[in-house]
Amino acid sequence: MKKSALPDPFEKARLEKGFGEVEDQEDPVIMVLRHKDVRKCAHNWKTFQSGAAPGRIVVPSEVNIRDTRQIPFELDPPLHREYRDLMEDWFRRPLQAPYQAQLSAQISAAIEEVLTKDSVEVVGDFSLPLQSRALTLLLNIPFEEAEKWIAWGTHVFRSEESALDGDKANILYDYIDQEIDKAIEHPGEDLYSVLLASEAQGRKLTKEEVKGTMILTFAGGRDTVINAVTNSIAYFAEHPESLNRLRSEPEIIARAVEELIRYFAPLTHMGRVATEDAQVCEHAVKADSRISLCWASANRDAAVFENPNEVVLDRKINPHLGFGFSHHKCLGATHARQILKTLLHVLIEKVESIDIQDSVENIENWGEFNRKVGFDQLQVKFNALK
Amino acid sequence: MAKITFITKDQETIVAEADSGSVMELAVAHNVKGIDADCGGVCSCATCHVHVAADYMDKLEAAGEIEKDMLEFADNASDFSRLSCQMKITEAMDGMVLNVAN
Ligand code: HEM
Ligand code: FES
Repeated sequence: MKKSALPDPFEKARLEKGFGEVEDQEDPVIMVLRHKDVRKCAHNWKTFQSGAAPGRIVVPSEVNIRDTRQIPFELDPPLHREYRDLMEDWFRRPLQAPYQAQLSAQISAAIEEVLTKDSVEVVGDFSLPLQSRALTLLLNIPFEEAEKWIAWGTHVFRSEESALDGDKANILYDYIDQEIDKAIEHPGEDLYSVLLASEAQGRKLTKEEVKGTMILTFAGGRDTVINAVTNSIAYFAEHPESLNRLRSEPEIIARAVEELIRYFAPLTHMGRVATEDAQVCEHAVKADSRISLCWASANRDAAVFENPNEVVLDRKINPHLGFGFSHHKCLGATHARQILKTLLHVLIEKVESIDIQDSVENIENWGEFNRKVGFDQLQVKFNALK
Repeated sequence: MAKITFITKDQETIVAEADSGSVMELAVAHNVKGIDADCGGVCSCATCHVHVAADYMDKLEAAGEIEKDMLEFADNASDFSRLSCQMKITEAMDGMVLNVAN
């Protein structure tokens, strides 16, 4: 099997029963696996809520390591809409020409740099800096700030020893507290200042709310983007014909990005808490217990996708759930899509081929399922287009 | 050639013409507010949702299963809802009025 292939570990359970079970800190999770059920449950916030105790809808649960509610992620309608509305326009800025030009300059420079090297570790030395620098555009803060985030490493919430590392998370929390204080003292044109000046529920946002929003912006867009960029490099390394196809048909790049997100599903699943006794695929879900919406499984559901385990670059109908579904669908998707589109444009313009030299897989363990989500390390050589 | 009228949520009227492509593409080319087309037309975002004037419903090719499934959960969905990225422009659409759903 190719190194860039991501097998679907959910198929059997999805077909046979439609759900899976995961133990997690004595708060087990029923994983919902079928496309139709995932969408239904994502839509049904009255029964499956996000606004439970902070950290509880995340798997593994973060209830023991944080109290700050992430916004708008851990809110339900109608309050969710009020906060999300404050952010929608800001998160659409990646559609503006100056933003795109800057992103393109950043990514071109990153590719130029790796083209001079004999060997590059993609996760830490390409994807992480690319993600961090791009985030300065989304937050509208100076480019140099990215150096700090790059220095934190890839596992700002996680360490090699334990999946939940409170100390590492504190680095981020303390940093965000500091930045909020700075923005209070010297308001600017950045996202912190914009949030601090915003109102919801008839009053200004509190510091705690701004913190919860900023934590999510950092956390939600870090591993996911790093994963999508790294997996894209691995995929094109092993599929030079796909790179050549994009070179001759650049008009399919937008579709290719959707297809890569479907296939990679960088975020495997996300939880919800049942507000009442309910059922998923005839399986009882008790009030106050957890389910998760498994985007990765839904994206391989053969009831919806033909050849679900193949990357079909120009897939025309692609109702994937890689960015989630319904009111909580990814707020950073415009930014993430723009990063990937730009990356593909720069790759076809400058890169002839990519050779994989070495790799270490990143395998997640969810109860009965072991899912390869991407790489902990990916060593490659980029070859310049002549 | 088909002439299509878009009416946005804030009652702006935009008239546009084309003889090929999708209705979503036409709307995007004319900056129709409320047609964001986040997914670029692959039926995964529902940000291209329109309501078709009743007298044109039967002039359109029926929505496919996947489009119907998307619309089932879309905000402001009605019997006249369509995803404009799935509507291929045809002569029969000449004169059609579309209300942008969001
Ligand atoms: C390829 C990259 C990304 C993927 C695959 C991804 C995936 C997701 C998914 C599946 C959800 C839904 C969660 C749920 O329903 O509970 C989500 C929500 C969210 N994402 Fe992303 N994400 C990505 C990039 C980003 C970026 C770059 C940012 C911001 C910097 C971001 C910020 C958010 C926020 C704020 C939410 C919560 C929205 C809400 O609750 O209304 N994401 N993301
Ligand atoms: S443009 Fe995304 S569904 Fe039509």
